[in-house]
Amino acid sequence: MSLTVLTYLVVGFTFALYIGIAIATRASSTKDFYVADGGVHPVANGMATAADWMSAASFISMAGLIALSYNGYGGSVFLMGWTGGYVLLALLIAPYLRKYGKYTVPDFIGERYYSDTARVVAVICLILCSVTYVIGQMKGVGVAFSRFLETDYETGLGIGMLIVFFYAVLGGMKGITYTQIAQYVVLITAYTIPAIFISLQLTGNPLPQLGLGSTLAGTDMYLLDKLDLILVDLGFQEYTTTLRGSTLNMVAFTASLMIGTAGLPHVIIRFFTVPSVAAARRSAGWALVFIAILYTTAPAIAAMARLNIVDTMQASDGQALLIEDKPAWFENWEQTGLLKVEDLNGDGRIEYTADPETNELTKLDNDILVLANPEIAQLPNWVIALVAAGGLAAALSTAAGLLLAISSAISHDLLKSTYMPSISERAELRASRIAMAVAVLGAGYLGLNPPGFAAGTVALAFGLAASSLFPALLMGIFARGVSREGAVAGMLAGISVTLLYVFQHKGIMFIPGTSFMGDMSPNWFFGIEPNAFGVVGAAVNFGVAFFVSRVTAAPPSEVQELLDFLHEPGDAT
Amino acid sequence: MRLEKGDVQRMAEVDNKNARRAHFSAQVRGLMLKLLVIWFVVSFGFGILLVEPLNEIRLGGYKLGFWFAQQGSIFVFIALIFYFAAVMSRLEREYRERGEGAEQ
Repeated sequence: MSLTVLTYLVVGFTFALYIGIAIATRASSTKDFYVADGGVHPVANGMATAADWMSAASFISMAGLIALSYNGYGGSVFLMGWTGGYVLLALLIAPYLRKYGKYTVPDFIGERYYSDTARVVAVICLILCSVTYVIGQMKGVGVAFSRFLETDYETGLGIGMLIVFFYAVLGGMKGITYTQIAQYVVLITAYTIPAIFISLQLTGNPLPQLGLGSTLAGTDMYLLDKLDLILVDLGFQEYTTTLRGSTLNMVAFTASLMIGTAGLPHVIIRFFTVPSVAAARRSAGWALVFIAILYTTAPAIAAMARLNIVDTMQASDGQALLIEDKPAWFENWEQTGLLKVEDLNGDGRIEYTADPETNELTKLDNDILVLANPEIAQLPNWVIALVAAGGLAAALSTAAGLLLAISSAISHDLLKSTYMPSISERAELRASRIAMAVAVLGAGYLGLNPPGFAAGTVALAFGLAASSLFPALLMGIFARGVSREGAVAGMLAGISVTLLYVFQHKGIMFIPGTSFMGDMSPNWFFGIEPNAFGVVGAAVNFGVAFFVSRVTAAPPSEVQELLDFLHEPGDAT
Repeated sequence: MRLEKGDVQRMAEVDNKNARRAHFSAQVRGLMLKLLVIWFVVSFGFGILLVEPLNEIRLGGYKLGFWFAQQGSIFVFIALIFYFAAVMSRLEREYRERGEGAEQ
């Protein structure tokens, strides 16, 4: 059976599964639609959260980012940042918001800061970070389809939209939860199987987490030492020690991803679906277990695939690879444009070096590491088909979670809570379905016509969540004195500072050459890069909020009662 | 205003409840602080700030600082969350039990 037919079968089977689940889990009330009736088991919610959380970026791009763009150790910012945030979420945010017991993040901000303005500002921040995030997922769906199923990008995106449309509009959070569980199983299988095979081939140890610290099969040389040695030989820096920028930049980067994680609305609302506060805490732990299976495998894939690529480039006689000896996967991926070679000095060999003057492997895209992994390791075709289904599962599950966060913010926070409080339950459910349909179509449109800023999307979403929503939630839960005026000023200041720093580097709305403060040296703020700036925006948010709260009236007594309730032990009885 | 007997009893109950609440909050704060210190030390500490000295130590093929940055910190994070969930459940149970004791 040809690879394309096999891929169609595997992907078709998973899609049929998602649709079947959607039909079985229709939402019949707004509580179903927003929080799956609050009856999801903590382990099941942990699994759904893991799929919600791990996007196309985690599945397709992260290992390559670590191995290539961030040269090994520097990529640790993603590993620690995107997992460490769950500790903040589990300790400081999720249990309290679960206790609060309502449906959305702006719900809480609106009531805690006794203000429709605060709620609307929170909705704007939520939509800004969720929309930037969802564009990346839609692109991921289109790319996965076009690469594996040989459709064109638009057709792939259209099929992806249809599937999401079907189960998200029909089932709301309930349908999304159970499809996400199925999607987690698909994506984690697809991610770990190639990793296990590669670890076995290279080190003889089936567990990639152990293989990464083992000796290469048949030698007494450690895998990581070999990698360091070869890379330094080729003129690269050491894999295991090279910093990303500076120590300060790595701290800021990690911190920004952590607090961004703890402030992303589509992740937070998942914890509204469990039955109790204690379940919310445990569920965060389970979510991290399921995430960690992929996140501790990723660095192993990164190092092992990098080693495999370097080895391929160095033929056995210690010379660079002859062009006519190129393996088949090499040619396959050259056709996609993710891999390019150019014989600059015309010696019939491809030299792979760190020096752009002599390097003849002129393009080595980050995504290739995961996508071409099964071919590089010469795994059977069904593994390749599985990777395609896994990438699609990762992108679809995250897109659905984001779309739910967006649509519930519109139907619940804008319509029901702010502008049409008299709307009935049935009308609100209908409104939430319409909002979801519009959100899916909007995301599809943006996926087809990606705006200029789509390039930096996922990183930007974290910066925005870190600088606006996380501080507002943390102060809302723990700082009794922060007032309405303080919170609104803080959110606006935090998100503006972050956006300005990013725009200063990448152009206004990411249009190159539109920097407004003229040419300034890049990363001018203590060498911190734009993607790591969320933590600075958060600090500004805290500072402004505390200062403004000191000079404005203190929160009313209802807020003190709300906080008493949130900090009361156990569940409401 | 004359105090009825019931009022005095109710005030005593409120005092008792406030004391239990204060005790519980202090326990939770202490637990969070302890766990957040560990969270900071394994990631920012071992993984970034102290990575060079730790890299002198080996854990099999891993340099120890590198291992914390790419594997170890994640395992510790998981342990922290489950430990937190378990201790919080215990603290909440103790709080309820003290409350029942006070009412009898």
